[in-house]
Amino acid sequence: MEYIICKEADSQGGRGMNFVMNILSLGIPFSVALLIASLGEMFNQRAGIFNLGCEGLMAMGAFLGMLVPYSIGQGHYVPGIYNYLGLILASGVGALLGLFFGLVVVTFRAPQGIAGIGLQMFGVGTAGTLFRHFVGGTQSIPGISVAPIPGLSRIPVLGTLFFNHNPMVYVAFIMVPLAYYVLFKTPWGLRVRAVGTQPRAADSIGIQVNKVRFQALALGGAMAGLAGAYLSLCQAKMFSDEIIAGRGFIAVALVYFGHWHPVKIMGGALLFTLAQALQLAIQGLGIDFPYEFLVMLPYLLVIIVLALSKKSLLMGPTALGKPFNREMRT
Amino acid sequence: MTKSFKTRYRIVIIILAVLTAMLLGAIILLALGADVIKTYLVILTEPLKNKIGVTEVLLRMVPLTIIALGITVAYRSGIINIGAEGQMAMGILTTTAVALGFPNLPSAVLIPFAILAGAVGGAAWGFIPGFLKAKLEVSELLSTVMLNYIAAQLYTFFLRGPMLDPAELVTGSGTPQSMRLTRNIDLTRFIKGTRIHTGIFIALGLALVIFLLLWKTSFGYKMRAAGASERAARYGGINVPKYLIIAMMISGAFAGIAGSVEIAGVHRRAIEGVTSGYGFSGIVVALFGGLHPAGILPAAFFFGLLIYGADMTQRLVGVPANMVQVLQGIIILVIVATKMILANPYLMQRAEAKWNTLFAKKQTHKEVEA
Repeated sequence: MEYIICKEADSQGGRGMNFVMNILSLGIPFSVALLIASLGEMFNQRAGIFNLGCEGLMAMGAFLGMLVPYSIGQGHYVPGIYNYLGLILASGVGALLGLFFGLVVVTFRAPQGIAGIGLQMFGVGTAGTLFRHFVGGTQSIPGISVAPIPGLSRIPVLGTLFFNHNPMVYVAFIMVPLAYYVLFKTPWGLRVRAVGTQPRAADSIGIQVNKVRFQALALGGAMAGLAGAYLSLCQAKMFSDEIIAGRGFIAVALVYFGHWHPVKIMGGALLFTLAQALQLAIQGLGIDFPYEFLVMLPYLLVIIVLALSKKSLLMGPTALGKPFNREMRT
Repeated sequence: MTKSFKTRYRIVIIILAVLTAMLLGAIILLALGADVIKTYLVILTEPLKNKIGVTEVLLRMVPLTIIALGITVAYRSGIINIGAEGQMAMGILTTTAVALGFPNLPSAVLIPFAILAGAVGGAAWGFIPGFLKAKLEVSELLSTVMLNYIAAQLYTFFLRGPMLDPAELVTGSGTPQSMRLTRNIDLTRFIKGTRIHTGIFIALGLALVIFLLLWKTSFGYKMRAAGASERAARYGGINVPKYLIIAMMISGAFAGIAGSVEIAGVHRRAIEGVTSGYGFSGIVVALFGGLHPAGILPAAFFFGLLIYGADMTQRLVGVPANMVQVLQGIIILVIVATKMILANPYLMQRAEAKWNTLFAKKQTHKEVEA
């Protein structure tokens, strides 16, 4: 997949201005999966749940997303609507898995880090198992194609950068202000932040802590599923075992990096994917440099960013990772 | 609360947990349209039907045990190591480097040297997340995962570049692998016609070492104290960050040793796919074994069975081998939830009260009948 893209980058070609344009126009659609997943994870963490299983939910989403148009079309042309059915199925199952995770970490109060690893293995394993059974080998699908916005996409430079993408790109970037609004301007958002910072206080004024946490987990799960489906339907247009490639974990890291704030998270996701697009563009230039070192760059970047970012929970959910128990004193 | 009720309660909960895990697995199997009971039977019994099957299970037990022991040290010290996959890869690289560099050393020198090199490679890779956690508060869950991806790339780089088998250059098949390592590094295969090698004794020995280290030395006590309650440990004058880093290095070293043993005993060259998920399975083994060497050994056997059994399901019942990953994920989730249920005294009290009322009713009925 990655090299199809770099060939594309290569054929569009050139250096200088074009090179920069390539990186930017590659980086923006690339950031979508990360952006949606980390916004979902932000809701989880704001509610006090550290969901490390994001990777697994994304894998399930990616598989289910492509399964719908694939099994209906069987290689033939399918109306675009089935692609969107795939997106809906992926987010629905994502939400269910989020609730299942809630059963383990909210109801039973299991430690979230290790349970998240379990969810990740379960999701990645299930996606791989079902994929082998229902699809078999690598099968590409038509997927969701680019939908230029009439008029706006004709603007030179800006048009190709911002208004010439598949519809999910626009949806993802609309999600950022939407998430901000939901989190900071609605009663539900206030409840989410309350159960993530001071669950005991929230409980004392009648907020059902665990219920709100379940709601946040369902939302986060749905968004992770959607992010996964984006990868298979819009970006790679196929499914493979390595399709998520750690994006679920990177999404979790981005939430820390973005201090649980939608706009900062968007910044992080863009910074991150621009680095990745740069990496692919350099590969496309055909400079003789071991590509393995380029591929590891994004992961290295995550570690560096985590090491340098502030760790204080003051602005964020202070009850992150702590199960709530009404019967306990602390 | 009566003691007999306590044991009965525990047994019932554990049975329920096992059933839940099997039921969750059954949902996935039903989605595949597979015969659920037959699949479980194949996974659990098919490998044990002949000598080769049993030794293959034991073969998989070796890296699982060693990695799980390392993960136990980290877990007990309060740090979750999900980077064993990468640490193992680094251990394989350093082992291979030693074997390629000193092919003429006699076995008695080369094998310990190579295993030590594997340990150093893994420990170095484990040091990074340990240091980041202790000094910069970077979540080890994220840093170890990232280091797994980085290690995987380094691994391919070395196998394609500096360590590539010269024969591959000639034939040009392009398989990224090293040359067949010197025979001096081979761990003896002690049962004819099977692949089981002396690495299994190394695994058993290391289990003893970890038991002694964690439970019979003050060093191990301090590590466990740091893991049990960081705050209390700090008040007790224990340098928690230091022990975190050391625990992570031991954990990495064990994953590295697992890599060395796997190379010296099974593959005899560095090749892609040696780690094959052992790093993650090791976490399940450690948890399933109750984070204790005595539990890890049977747990490693059980998961060796699952992994080898799952290889057979494709052929016999048409269930892809990835099913083992599904089961491992389910088992982790069920174990952590079950642990919390067992640790909840209120729940047990409620269950006992309920049980007593039911039981008491029965008694009165009997009295009435009499």
